[in-house]
Amino acid sequence: MAPGLDESELAAYVEDALSRVASASGPAALGALRAELTGRRSTLAGWHRELGSLGPDERRTLGRLLNEAERAITEALGERDAERAREARAERLVADRLSLDELVDRAVDTPLARGHRHLVTKTRDELEDVFVAMGYQVVEGPEVETDWYNFEALNLPLGHPARGMHDTMYLDVGTSESVVLRTHTSPVQVRSMEAAVRDRSLPLHVVAPGRVYRRDTPDASHLVEFNQIEGLVVDEGITFADLAGTISAFTSAYFGDDISARLRPSYFPFTEPSAEFDITCTICRGARCRTCSQTGWMELGGCGVIDPAVFAAVGIDPARWSGFAFGFGIDRCAFMRHQIADLRALVDNDVRFLRQF
Amino acid sequence: MRVALSWLASYVPLPESLDELVATLDDLGLVVEDIEHVGLGLDGVVVVQVERIDAIEGADRIRLVTVRDRGAPVEVVCGAWNFEVGSLVPFAPVGTVLRDGTAISRRTMRGVVSNGMLCSGRELGVGDDHEGLLVLDESAATPGQPIAEVLGVDRDVVLDIAIEGNRPDAWCVEGVARDLAARYDVAFHRTEPDPPAPIGEGAGSVPVAVEIVDPDLCGRFVATVLIDVDVAESPRWLARRLELAGMRPINNVVDASNYVMLELGQPTHAYDLDRLAGHAIRVRRAVTGEELELLDGSSIELAVDSGAIGDTGEDLAICDGDDVPIGLAGVMGGSSSEIGPATTSVVLEAAWFEPIGVARTAKRHRLRTEASVRFERGCDYANCDRASARFVELLAMSSPGLRVLGAPIDVRGELRRPASLRVDADAIEGVLGVRLGLDEVARLLSAIGFDVADRDGTLEVTAPSGRPDVRDAPFGVADVAEEVARLHGYAALPTRVPSWPAPGGLAPVVRVRRAVREALVGIGALEAWTAAIVPADDAQLLGDEDERVRLTNPVAADAPFLRSSLMPGLLGAVRRNAERRQGDLALFEIGVVFAHPSAAPTARVERGGAGGGELVKLPSEDERVSLLLARPLDDARTAVAAWRALATALRLSHTRLDPIAGTTPLGLHPTRCAAIVDASTGAVLGTLGEVDPDIAARAMPGLDDGRRLGWVDVSMGVLADHDAVLRESDVASVPSRYPTSDVDLAFVLDESVHVEELKAVLRDAAGELCESVECFDAYRGHGVPPGSRSLAMRVRLCALDRTLSEEALASTRVAMIDAATGSLSATLR
Repeated sequence: MAPGLDESELAAYVEDALSRVASASGPAALGALRAELTGRRSTLAGWHRELGSLGPDERRTLGRLLNEAERAITEALGERDAERAREARAERLVADRLSLDELVDRAVDTPLARGHRHLVTKTRDELEDVFVAMGYQVVEGPEVETDWYNFEALNLPLGHPARGMHDTMYLDVGTSESVVLRTHTSPVQVRSMEAAVRDRSLPLHVVAPGRVYRRDTPDASHLVEFNQIEGLVVDEGITFADLAGTISAFTSAYFGDDISARLRPSYFPFTEPSAEFDITCTICRGARCRTCSQTGWMELGGCGVIDPAVFAAVGIDPARWSGFAFGFGIDRCAFMRHQIADLRALVDNDVRFLRQF
Repeated sequence: MRVALSWLASYVPLPESLDELVATLDDLGLVVEDIEHVGLGLDGVVVVQVERIDAIEGADRIRLVTVRDRGAPVEVVCGAWNFEVGSLVPFAPVGTVLRDGTAISRRTMRGVVSNGMLCSGRELGVGDDHEGLLVLDESAATPGQPIAEVLGVDRDVVLDIAIEGNRPDAWCVEGVARDLAARYDVAFHRTEPDPPAPIGEGAGSVPVAVEIVDPDLCGRFVATVLIDVDVAESPRWLARRLELAGMRPINNVVDASNYVMLELGQPTHAYDLDRLAGHAIRVRRAVTGEELELLDGSSIELAVDSGAIGDTGEDLAICDGDDVPIGLAGVMGGSSSEIGPATTSVVLEAAWFEPIGVARTAKRHRLRTEASVRFERGCDYANCDRASARFVELLAMSSPGLRVLGAPIDVRGELRRPASLRVDADAIEGVLGVRLGLDEVARLLSAIGFDVADRDGTLEVTAPSGRPDVRDAPFGVADVAEEVARLHGYAALPTRVPSWPAPGGLAPVVRVRRAVREALVGIGALEAWTAAIVPADDAQLLGDEDERVRLTNPVAADAPFLRSSLMPGLLGAVRRNAERRQGDLALFEIGVVFAHPSAAPTARVERGGAGGGELVKLPSEDERVSLLLARPLDDARTAVAAWRALATALRLSHTRLDPIAGTTPLGLHPTRCAAIVDASTGAVLGTLGEVDPDIAARAMPGLDDGRRLGWVDVSMGVLADHDAVLRESDVASVPSRYPTSDVDLAFVLDESVHVEELKAVLRDAAGELCESVECFDAYRGHGVPPGSRSLAMRVRLCALDRTLSEEALASTRVAMIDAATGSLSATLR
């Protein structure tokens, strides 16, 4: 043991120090105490220096005790600091108090300027309006879905290779990979059909806009979170011809009479026959340019005649009803119409961009 | 899939015009994603021999090289150093145009004339090597020979075609050709291999035993045994086709296997017979924990369940005679029986594996191989023998001494019978909306391998075994109709715009959302769109990490959370604008926030699980309207004003601002906030006030000008719920034609008395004379006891049918004072 120090003396010293920390009032007193108890000239520091003159066993034992003592004192000081910060915050907040029920309209200076809708919602509104005019109801659904609604009910069973196209993001809920951020707005179609069967309210003519999620590296033409709009018609006597006519009617209604649409065979598990649809390049109006890779066409979305297996999954009688579905990116429409060089501008929220719409 | 036109043309005559071919493929659903012209820029480039190398005075990086083809020597300046006198190198004379468009001209460098250019591999488009010249093997080239001939590079066009998931039959050169032949209505030259005849008769002479232990996962296994195989290089033409398809030639055995896969769509695998223990193959489910070293050198543990939905944890293993796994069926072979230079005996596997099983295994082990993607989509089990024969035929070209030992062993497991259904003109019309002749339908389907028989106006259609996507009736009608439409051409089908009597319309929440947006835009706010998937900082800012929904596979590891509030995103958006000196902003967003089901008061429960047979607890979703006011004079007051503007726009008649009961919501200033409540129903619409100054300081370290941030946050769901939030009546009142009179009254009341309570009491007391009640001042301080405040109220009175008399005004004034002092313990000031 160092001269004048033993365990009980150390314990007594710590006890005394802690009570002084507890009773210190005001930041100045606390600061002085901190210097006295933990500074280079503190008693503890002195004892520490004396450790060197001790034998190894003693040094180890006493060193450990000294460290514990130091930690206890530092923690106590830290707690007092935090307490003081909380008190100071509480004081500030009390001084700041404002009763919000007594405010007077006239006391508020509101700037006389009009704001702006976001380009994506503006585009979405315009698309909705076109479809409403064509006789569609606009409906919505949740963004988190079960595997059933996002895939299985759409004829994409577990292990189906086409799931690979979806770059799905999963959530830490339930069984692994059973809860997803929806990769398309198609689950809303399933929900609409289920509701229509339940309420016996077929036929069905709906469009479902909303945010969807794909695990993709964001770049100038891809966003991880983007917006789709999907249409669904379930009625009697609906065929591929109705689908083709609808796509073309929508295209000229939204993009203008000089823009036309064409369908190409494609594959989606929930439609058969399936098609991709292209529209006349909105940049060169079909004259062939760099944006459309010299084809005169731009890819807009996918569509098809509802696969009877999807009807079976939701309980619609395919002998009586048939239908079609189509879907495309809302952001992509905005991108085409406004010739936006980089889609990431949509999520940057730079006012110089937002103010243009 | 990369397809060289020279290869494609050996099965079907192609149109002259590349544009037309590409358009036709697109129209068949075989989308051409890229067109690569190969062998360009080789015209005129010849092999030359280096005769002399001289230094150039004053230059230490270039030299003067004298080369000769068959004619006179030529002097060229060259900056490469990887050759010597006598080397054979490619030479582009003056006038040559290289593939990148560079035209070679006579140039003078350091006073020395260069009459052309000596080329690297990259300059010729035959490799990436740009370190030095492409030095040619003396045995393979002679001076004066065209370089295209030496390299075996002819002009060609390679199309990169995207094959859809339902077209496993098209995932090979033959498949693409088959579609083209059907569309052009021309003959299709199917590959019919003619391999050397086997020696030895009967299966008994084949020294390999094959057993399918799990027939549900392996439908067919054809094993062909070859001896006296000479492992060597492949013929140049075959290697070249592999290269054009994007595969690296390895040796004639592996190359033949790859070639067959590219040509016929059937993956095969070659085992070294001498390294196959027990000369036996067993195809069985792997036992959990078994290990396998793969061809790529990696080691995997088999049959370990990933825990993911639908994962059975099953792997199908190919095992040897000691029952030790030597391959992962349909995905990748093992290293133990790999073909090497010393191999002389080969067992070739051509098998059919169950698609979902292969998909599961490939996904779990993260091994997407050329074989697995084909098996996943479903190969043609009828192709196994043809693929085996084709392999032997190809290998025999570079290993002429090989012998086939006996007939192939053909073991069957469970196979799905191809779809078979009846289709008539009505059924096709029901899908496509056009009546096509049955002859035409039959012709198109037959051309792609369907078996079609006309039975009195109904077609009996059987799909080829390579079209597992085609189903039986009734679903199969759609599949058959799609094939007909595809081959007929979508553009040639009629169109019709459907109509129905029901009008279109917006869902109620969409209408309300539009009104909200319109109102906020009207007060000068800009609409923002921030991410729902947010970084850890976002959660730390609000300190609610534990209640957040996490992504299990986020795009960026540092952004694993779903947002729980729109506040951090909006603060970030303002900060980024402030950094560009444009931060005086009011921003709003309408978007969904999420809470983990374990943290949400009531979890959403939906149909889910494998097969949709379970009820699954989901994160709660709450659509919010949040407004962040960050202009210089903004604070809780402007937040209140903004809310009033919004409430007015939505015709909300009965909302009031109440002190927040319980804990302050995350992010809100604890003493400058209020809850927005519908006074009639008690429904809470949201909160408003200011952003907690500590959070604002952390989120916007640069914005230290003491500015306050106003905040309004309302639930879209509650806002759109007409039962929870009452609207102004549609009944309009016509204002009185008589003058109005104002009565101003100041009361001292306890702080706990809500201004709205006082207004209600005054309104009640004034009765039908009351036109409006307004609080126009609030005062604390001298003359007002602590814990109380003085509220100055202006009541505007008016009658519909008369001018109010002094007496009426006086008595109403007294009534109001009595009511306030009586029921609210107010004192008149």
